Amino acid sequence: MAATSAEYAVTYDALRRRPFRHAGELVIKAALAGCATVSLVTTAVIVFVLFRETASFFGDVSFQEFFLETEWQPLFTPVSFGVWELVAGTVNVVFWSLLFALPVGLAAAIYLSEYAHPHTRRVLKPLLEALAGVPTVVYAYFALTVITQTILRPAFGPDLSFFNSLSASLMMAVMILPTIASISEDAMANVPRDLREAAYGLGSTRFEVAVRVVVPAALSGIIAAVLLAIARVVGETMIVAIAAGSTPNLTLSPLQSIQTMTGFMLQVGLGDAARGSVEYNSLFAVGAMLFMMTLALNIGAQMLVSRFREVYE
Amino acid sequence: MIRAPDRVTRVTIEERLTTAETLPASERISRISEPPIIELDRFNAFYGDFRALLDVSFQIPERKITALIGPSGCGKTTLLRCMNRMNDLVRTFRHEGRMTYHGLDLYARDVDPVEVRRRIGMVFQKPNPFPKSIFENIAFGPRVNGIKGNMAEMVEQSLRQAALWDDVKDKLNQSGLALSGGQQQRLCIARALAVHPEIILMDEPCSALDPIATLKIEDLMRELAKDYTIIIVTHNMQQAARVADYTAFLMMRQDRAGELVEFGDTDTLFTMPKDKRTEDYITGRFG
Amino acid sequence: MASYETAGPQPTLRATGAVARRQAFSRVSRYVLLAATLIGVGVLFYLGFETVQKGAGRLSWGFLTSYPSRAAERAGLRSSILGSVWVLGVTVLSAIPIAVGTAVWIEEFAPRNRLLTLVKLNIANLAGVPSIIYGILGLAVFVRYLGLGPSILAGGLTLALMILPMTIIASQEAIRQVPPSIRDGSLALGATQWQTVWRHVLPGAMPGIMTGTILAVSRAAGETAALIMIGAFTFIAFDNQSVFDDFTTVPVQIYNWTIRPQEAFRENAAGAIIVLMVAVLSLNLAAALIRERFRQD
Repeated sequence: MAATSAEYAVTYDALRRRPFRHAGELVIKAALAGCATVSLVTTAVIVFVLFRETASFFGDVSFQEFFLETEWQPLFTPVSFGVWELVAGTVNVVFWSLLFALPVGLAAAIYLSEYAHPHTRRVLKPLLEALAGVPTVVYAYFALTVITQTILRPAFGPDLSFFNSLSASLMMAVMILPTIASISEDAMANVPRDLREAAYGLGSTRFEVAVRVVVPAALSGIIAAVLLAIARVVGETMIVAIAAGSTPNLTLSPLQSIQTMTGFMLQVGLGDAARGSVEYNSLFAVGAMLFMMTLALNIGAQMLVSRFREVYE
Repeated sequence: MIRAPDRVTRVTIEERLTTAETLPASERISRISEPPIIELDRFNAFYGDFRALLDVSFQIPERKITALIGPSGCGKTTLLRCMNRMNDLVRTFRHEGRMTYHGLDLYARDVDPVEVRRRIGMVFQKPNPFPKSIFENIAFGPRVNGIKGNMAEMVEQSLRQAALWDDVKDKLNQSGLALSGGQQQRLCIARALAVHPEIILMDEPCSALDPIATLKIEDLMRELAKDYTIIIVTHNMQQAARVADYTAFLMMRQDRAGELVEFGDTDTLFTMPKDKRTEDYITGRFG
Repeated sequence: MASYETAGPQPTLRATGAVARRQAFSRVSRYVLLAATLIGVGVLFYLGFETVQKGAGRLSWGFLTSYPSRAAERAGLRSSILGSVWVLGVTVLSAIPIAVGTAVWIEEFAPRNRLLTLVKLNIANLAGVPSIIYGILGLAVFVRYLGLGPSILAGGLTLALMILPMTIIASQEAIRQVPPSIRDGSLALGATQWQTVWRHVLPGAMPGIMTGTILAVSRAAGETAALIMIGAFTFIAFDNQSVFDDFTTVPVQIYNWTIRPQEAFRENAAGAIIVLMVAVLSLNLAAALIRERFRQD
């Protein structure tokens, strides 16, 4: 039976907002918006905490010393706070891990995007993704025990110190392979078919199409992948802390023991630096620098990704 | 009966866009004899700066089937969605003019769109049953609207009204998506009926269905019109001629705004259209 | 009919000379590239194999139920397993509601303005912040400022913040998969926005949300650096009974044993790695199964 006028008398009252229901909806919306503010507050607190202690730090250590000195020795005299030694350690592992990961990752991306059968891709991609799911402490163990002891020691002999950046870099290369491969493959998949077909039509081989047409067309996405991979290596702590050592060292050599920014931060966390001491504050100064570096890398990557998405969509 | 022309000559774009001497509104837009259930008075609809409907004024009679016809882009769907305030969901939407329901301004500040939508239901172009059982599909409306009563009875009643009960009475627990297209659309109609609306809006309800399912839905419409007001948007002129008591013909102007060209009794509109543009559309000279 | 006089070799469709070389190169490249794709996986398998060989011997009920000890043979994972479970419990309970709530707000309720863009950008950036920074955050806010000390609660909340961005993004994706026609149908029946979200959108998005959650938990289960900063690198020889207890977790215990010089501790570490990997792989497998089971394409 349809509505009779008596049953649903249409008056203004009937059509007006129900106060309880309306209030209820408002409460729920406020609660949800509150959830969203958690993420905003998190960033605000991170920035606040890092920069407050950093300000404290620069009360004791001058800018010149931090940025221009090349020795990082916070504990033993002569005490020195030149951050470049730590940055050099980070750059060291970034360089060596990229050296291995970039060609291999790119090759994997090309294979998955241009050569692989869809069924093969469905099997290989998750397999590759699994590399990123391994806890970093496990990679660290691998680096220290298996790689250094079983592989590198025999190969390099006494030149290689027990803690060395090569073992850490090799493990991190494996860890970032999925990052480089996945995002590059994504970028390549977004390249329109017409470009490939035009090249095939001109008599190119599959390899030539991949390398001369698709890769250049997907370049901004590939660079984004590399930036993200670098960001991951820069932020990685356990592998370097365990396998690469804790001796700040201004070198690009893979055979020596070094300390990265993250490695130093972990060392402070493990120790018992008194609150308010210079050493304690140096944790935050280095942390602030780390935060800004990874932020810059991530933002750069995001901008590139939105650029390649919009060009082809 | 639609009068067949001796020879269909195409209208050129220039001829179509030059609005030749237009009859005044009072002559081409009929007024109905009973009090209207919905009345529009110079209603305009905008999406941001873009005007989708221009000065639409007419009345919709109660417990009859009214069809909105016209070529693509003329604003029929926009107009329909304004009636149950579904366009509120589009962020850039705004309106001018009045649309009243039983004489009450639908867009008054205090009016709750949720209440409006309970009384003015909608069936969509592509059937969209929920991914739940048939029973749950129908029970959802009464539940969220706090309609009390024996749910099983209400579900059966709605399904009977939608001429679907016999088909599904043994499988109420099956998923609504397991039905055929025509059955899904009738399920959507039953779902709308379960909240006891006064008006049912139908946006091209048969365009995704095969001819047999279409005829079944049209029969259903005629049955429902005894108790409910039905407003249907259709691309299909013949459907309007078959089913509707009243028809409104809209057209897109040069500035892409839609306007109401003619409104009246269906038979009259199709056999003796008052406006030349209506005649051209009906005889197939454009569309 | 004319006959063609050809000077020179007969025309053929087979490749010769330079073209043949290029094609051969291309054919070979397929296998080289496939090898490259598999190198990483191969290396991982080799390392895993070596580790299992070293650690399998340590796996025993005693290993799982003993506390850590200075004597490697007596040391076990009991307190770290319990600690991991407690911490992950706190993490899940605190992160999931906030993550899903944020995702719902972003996708269903938020006005499309610059504030929304800021929120989304912020979440994307938080996803890339190194975990040790979250550790510093936890140390400063939960351990020190709120006075929770190096407790399970502090550790759980820290990890919750760490996994919040990835869980929000995964939930957003899942919500977006629900077709708009479902929402239209619900609203047209006189349901409010929240009723539509609660009864249609969230149930529809649940598989994707679960998958995202499980993967985030898997990530948190393997996290070490952040919890070390909180203070989880301690000797725990008791069963955790409250969220205010000191604690340690399996990854931190692995770290603990790995850095000891004695070979026996390395074996313990290998055994613990086996335990951890079994847990992580099971979680990832569960997530993948859920994703496959509910795939609609």
